[in-house]
Amino acid sequence: MEKQITPQRHQGHEGAPRKEQEKDKEAFLGDSFVPSSLGGGIPDNGLLRFITCGSVDDGKSTLIGRLLYDSKAILADAMDALAKSSRKRGLEEVDLSLLTDGLSAEREQGITIDVAYRYFSTGTRKYILADAPGHEQYTRNMVTGASTADLAIVLIDARKGVLPQTRRHTTLAHLMGLRHIVVAVNKMDLVDYNQAVFSTIQAQVGAFASKLGIPQLHFIPLSALKGDMVVDRGERLDWYQGPTLMELLESIELDSSEQDQPFRFPVQLVCRPRTEELIDYRGYQGRVESGRIKPGDAITVQPSGARSRVRRIELYGKELPEAVAGQSVTLLLEDEVDISRGDLIASAEHAPVPTRSLTATLAWLGEKPLSSTGRLVLRHGTREVRAKVGEIESRLDLEALEPVPVEDVAMNDIVTVTLKLQGPIAPDAHTVLRSGGSFILIDEATHNTVAAGLVLGPEYL
Amino acid sequence: MTNRLLTHLERLEGEAIHILREVAGQCANPALLFSGGKDSVVLLRLAEKAFRPGRFPFPLVHIDTGHNYAEVIDFRDRRAAELGEKLIVRTLDESIAKGRIVLRSATESRNRHQSVTLLDTVEEFEFDALIGGARRDEEKARAKERVFSFRDEFGQWDPKNQRPELWNLYNARIHKGEHMRAFPISNWTELDVWQYIAEEGLELPEIYFAHEREVVELPGGALLPVTDLTPIPAGKSSVRRSVRFRTVGDISCTAPVLSEARTVEDIIKETATTEITERGATRLDDQTSEASMEQRKKEGYF
Repeated sequence: MEKQITPQRHQGHEGAPRKEQEKDKEAFLGDSFVPSSLGGGIPDNGLLRFITCGSVDDGKSTLIGRLLYDSKAILADAMDALAKSSRKRGLEEVDLSLLTDGLSAEREQGITIDVAYRYFSTGTRKYILADAPGHEQYTRNMVTGASTADLAIVLIDARKGVLPQTRRHTTLAHLMGLRHIVVAVNKMDLVDYNQAVFSTIQAQVGAFASKLGIPQLHFIPLSALKGDMVVDRGERLDWYQGPTLMELLESIELDSSEQDQPFRFPVQLVCRPRTEELIDYRGYQGRVESGRIKPGDAITVQPSGARSRVRRIELYGKELPEAVAGQSVTLLLEDEVDISRGDLIASAEHAPVPTRSLTATLAWLGEKPLSSTGRLVLRHGTREVRAKVGEIESRLDLEALEPVPVEDVAMNDIVTVTLKLQGPIAPDAHTVLRSGGSFILIDEATHNTVAAGLVLGPEYL
Repeated sequence: MTNRLLTHLERLEGEAIHILREVAGQCANPALLFSGGKDSVVLLRLAEKAFRPGRFPFPLVHIDTGHNYAEVIDFRDRRAAELGEKLIVRTLDESIAKGRIVLRSATESRNRHQSVTLLDTVEEFEFDALIGGARRDEEKARAKERVFSFRDEFGQWDPKNQRPELWNLYNARIHKGEHMRAFPISNWTELDVWQYIAEEGLELPEIYFAHEREVVELPGGALLPVTDLTPIPAGKSSVRRSVRFRTVGDISCTAPVLSEARTVEDIIKETATTEITERGATRLDDQTSEASMEQRKKEGYF
């Protein structure tokens, strides 16, 4: 084995020297660092999933590199490999963008093919970052990355200001139901940290955001390259009083509104052990997609409409006093009801109404257009039904942000359509309930997933 | 009603159980890969949470290279028996005897050859899905792999032609002869796995904890364990060191790290402050080339 090369951790960075960072980290973790799940003193602040939107030109890779680096998620040998790759490409400095390029085909061509997932932790909160590349398949990748994200960071190059892609990214993040959108005005170092540049961009983005009906945006001026306002505040953006990007990520409130929403529980499996002691056991297994449930709560089963009450909530033999959104549990009911995989257990008070037709927004992901796709299957929760596209009402023009007439549906198109279903599903409007309002379309001939669907408002149902 | 913030482990657990149940709900004949390693030990606990009081809707499968540490194999058998679940073992030795695998030398690493036995096993039992403990933080190619990852009839992974995966609406549909790989702990990191092991009080093979072992110190810092398969290289000498294994696999390509960590809590502390990635420290096979994992995966590797 060759002698290992000393890692070049500082090339391309002008942040704090490594030693200081070590010290900070130690001070932060302390000698007695024990994760909260073990009963230590540090609170576990949950899990935040986010997506970064922008291209390499906006400094996206540098920003990701900065977040990973300053949170110590790039380890020494990964940095070694990075230095080696950079040299192989004839680069003098370590190219942090190589961190986000995973596949050899991509490295050969210098492009990014697919959504990659990165993980880092601050010691209190864990982060999952979906890094969606910004080339022609952008819509497909961003829709995929955004579907599991809580927050989007839209990157803007301070020198270039608001570009068509800024509108596109913001619109898609909003369309996919992300509650938090952070506009990161990057490369402030190249505009002399000028407050006026930042204010102009803030006003421009604010204008089209209100037109789209986006209630709240967070704006942060930063320099990913120099490290200003990413993790550390730096000293060159004194006029900005808000949080750094990391402070914002740390303080974003999670989960709670999800738990206040109506209870939805798509049934995955029915557990019937049929052993002697469990002869009458009938447990409904699934994940709480929204809301909360406790013993005694009244439920409605859709699409049958059968009603009952929850008798007991179990996980691995243990009885739970309550289950909330995000938890996978087993429900036992008071009455013997006919329930199988594909059914939806919902709160009786706010049960969705079954329907065999709906209006929806589709993000078309299939490589072939709708007109040459096979028969479609719609999957909502755990339920699958055959589906037909009735009318294609319009396509969203992502440049003009307006609906335009359309004949066929091609990859990366965002369209509004009506769908006819062979059997009923019980959906929610996507703007009200993200999980209850989402579905996918599968091509029965190829088995490929060809569209992401968002159920529009209840007025259409 | 006050809202309760789920811990990151509760979130990951909820997601993993959901994925396991989707495999059971969508696939007719799945299997769970169980090696006795820490990630698959976590998978077993998650499967208990997903399916108890019922039985697992799949057998456990191990592809035994014949080059595993004896204590790991003992642990594997004991754990399967405790759970009362079926364990299917297929060995590389059988594949070699049948001529399906030809080794260039008796001590060659058998890691790469596992794919042959694995795919033969898929055909033998007509499995339509294999559940594995791979994680996206392990390696660059894995970072781009889906939770439900499609394999064609040659067992190949095509990174450029993956199905879009939206929300938690997984699509496990396949044609006959093809199969799915499902990775319930895709979004877990090494630290998450250790924290979960601590929280659940899971038992592991002893070689995960610090112990005295005869090793050869290689240039660059890697440690070569001295075994029948990996004797002391000519011109080198061995030393005794306190070490533990971070990953457990084929003896010929798995190296221990220096460690004094004798408990799960010690390991969590070490993992939280480590400087070296999990595979970088311990897998001699991934360092051959930048794309070696990607290449193996395309050939049907786990």
